[in-house]
Amino acid sequence: MRRMSGARWFTRRQVGFGYRPATWQGWAVTAVAVGAVVTVLLVLRKSAAGPVAALVVAAAYFGIAALLSRPGRRPSPPTPGVEPAPRVAPVATPPAAAPTAGPMALVVDHLTKRFGERTAFEDVSFSVAPGEVFGFLGPNGAGKTTMVRALGTLIAPTSGSAVVAGIPLSADNGTEIRQRISIMPENPGLYLRLTVVENLQLFAGLYGLRKPAARIDQALEAVNLGARGRDYCGSLSKGLRQRVGLARALLNDPAVMFLDEPTSGLDPVAAREVHDLINGLRQRGVTVFLTTHRLDEAERLCDRVAILNTRLRSVGRTDELRATLFSRSLVVETAAPLDAPDGVFATSTGVESWRSDQPAHYLLTVTDPRAAAPAVTRALVAAGADVVSIAESRHSLEDVYLELIDEDPEAARR
Amino acid sequence: MRLDLGRLRAVVRKEFRVLVRNRFIIGTMAVLPVVFLLTPMIEIFRLSGVPALVVQRFAGSTFLLLLVVPVVVPAAIAAYSVVGEREQGTLEPLLTTPLRREELLLGKAIAAIVPSVGIAYLLFAIVDGCAQIFAADPAVASALVQSSQLVGELLFAPLLAGWSIWVGIAVSTRASDVRVAQQLGTLASLPPLGVVALIDLQVLTPSVTLALAFALALLVADVVMFRIVSSMFDRERLLTGRSAARAASRRASS
Repeated sequence: MRRMSGARWFTRRQVGFGYRPATWQGWAVTAVAVGAVVTVLLVLRKSAAGPVAALVVAAAYFGIAALLSRPGRRPSPPTPGVEPAPRVAPVATPPAAAPTAGPMALVVDHLTKRFGERTAFEDVSFSVAPGEVFGFLGPNGAGKTTMVRALGTLIAPTSGSAVVAGIPLSADNGTEIRQRISIMPENPGLYLRLTVVENLQLFAGLYGLRKPAARIDQALEAVNLGARGRDYCGSLSKGLRQRVGLARALLNDPAVMFLDEPTSGLDPVAAREVHDLINGLRQRGVTVFLTTHRLDEAERLCDRVAILNTRLRSVGRTDELRATLFSRSLVVETAAPLDAPDGVFATSTGVESWRSDQPAHYLLTVTDPRAAAPAVTRALVAAGADVVSIAESRHSLEDVYLELIDEDPEAARR
Repeated sequence: MRLDLGRLRAVVRKEFRVLVRNRFIIGTMAVLPVVFLLTPMIEIFRLSGVPALVVQRFAGSTFLLLLVVPVVVPAAIAAYSVVGEREQGTLEPLLTTPLRREELLLGKAIAAIVPSVGIAYLLFAIVDGCAQIFAADPAVASALVQSSQLVGELLFAPLLAGWSIWVGIAVSTRASDVRVAQQLGTLASLPPLGVVALIDLQVLTPSVTLALAFALALLVADVVMFRIVSSMFDRERLLTGRSAARAASRRASS
């Protein structure tokens, strides 16, 4: 990160009172102040105003020194077990494998946030690997956005701990953590009177980026907005604004990127474009923490998902969650209802039970669908049934989500 | 407190860009000073052969009138600064960056104070210059460039503007509506003008010493207000409406 030398013009003395000039700028300010005091005292030597004016100059000097000083102490030693922050790499990082081994990008340990009597989230623990696209799902008011804000050091957790981009979550580390992550809120929050490039210039300055113009160009190219840089943000559609928000989030090449409902309110085409961008981020090895209501989006994009409803309901790959929550089953459809379905299915290998919710449709619970399907087909043919279809029953992430949320007493009260 | 000048500069540049593209603000900044300029200019041409007391009162009232400008001009900008960002949804993205609150507040203050003080100094220069060149009565010209008045003009304009800005930002951090913030901010920025009014009304005898003493008091008030505003700028409160510090103290006491 670029630091201007002016930030350290003075050092604050640990013993005694005052500030010591630390750079030539500090010495120059000191010399001007001393000169001004002497001049004022000489010019106004016959007036009572002289000492008062000298005091004003001295007060102004100490004010400047206080603003442009740093404590006169050695930097604190690195926290044990925490890796030093690597330098920010350019936006166009070479492609990397998706989730990779090594230190976790995000570790959340029994984190809780309460607002007075209301609990936003409670006792939440999970971890996210570098390069992983991690979905964070939950109903309205489940605490998803509050979790993003807590991990982004915007609000303080009530209890628990977390490590974000290798840095322990604490108020003291806020600036350092925010330097290494980026957050795209649900509303991209652009300055509508500024152009796209001017919006990005602001954030490039806030992240202290070197060669900001090149980084801005790269970020705009990454979101296919290279030709719209001079457009005022107020003239852009919602989808394009969302893309500018993503470009802004890409600027500092974050170790962890938090995307809070990035496709909220977008039409299907614009949402598809955002999905493509997130896939592009995955291919570049960026860790993405994605909160969303759209389960199809999470299923398509995320390596793993967590389902939150104040408390964490479940974490895992979507197929793992399906296997945990739902028994495996076959869906059988025949041209006409079977005369004796119990006799047909009970004799088939691998079928544990069956039920029929509508005529000529049967749902079979099986141990292994691949092994059971041929046996069921043979039994149906032997029974003289006209088979229309036999297929493995598929449970979507939506089924998983609804199963978890429906059994949750918190959701029932919502 | 450690300031990063790069971040500070980024905020100032953004604020200037937003300001110059807001026709309402530019219009207010242009029209208000012209209105305040009218009366003194007419009086400069009109006053002639009047008693010294009348000339002195004219100089005092002109001084007060022109000092209203650096108080009123930045008040609306400062009052809009935080609550306006929150209303248009730009505050949260700003807070997610490494930007420190002092950098954000100082950046906004600098962007408001520079045009305000620039306009105020321009008005002083126009009035004093016109008085020297066109005043029908030499007493009027000399009354407007007394040392106490010149020191006051130079020092009070930035310090009064600073006070107005910090008060405006303080109101803005707590207000939930831009209009309320602007009304309260403008009202709360006026009290220091009371001292100037006392000088104008001859309750306090104008002198360089008095001007410097008042300037020193204003400087201290500005620094104190900056510290207060910094402590009031709570990310959690601004985003959620609840104070993190208060929650922490409640936890500690329970």
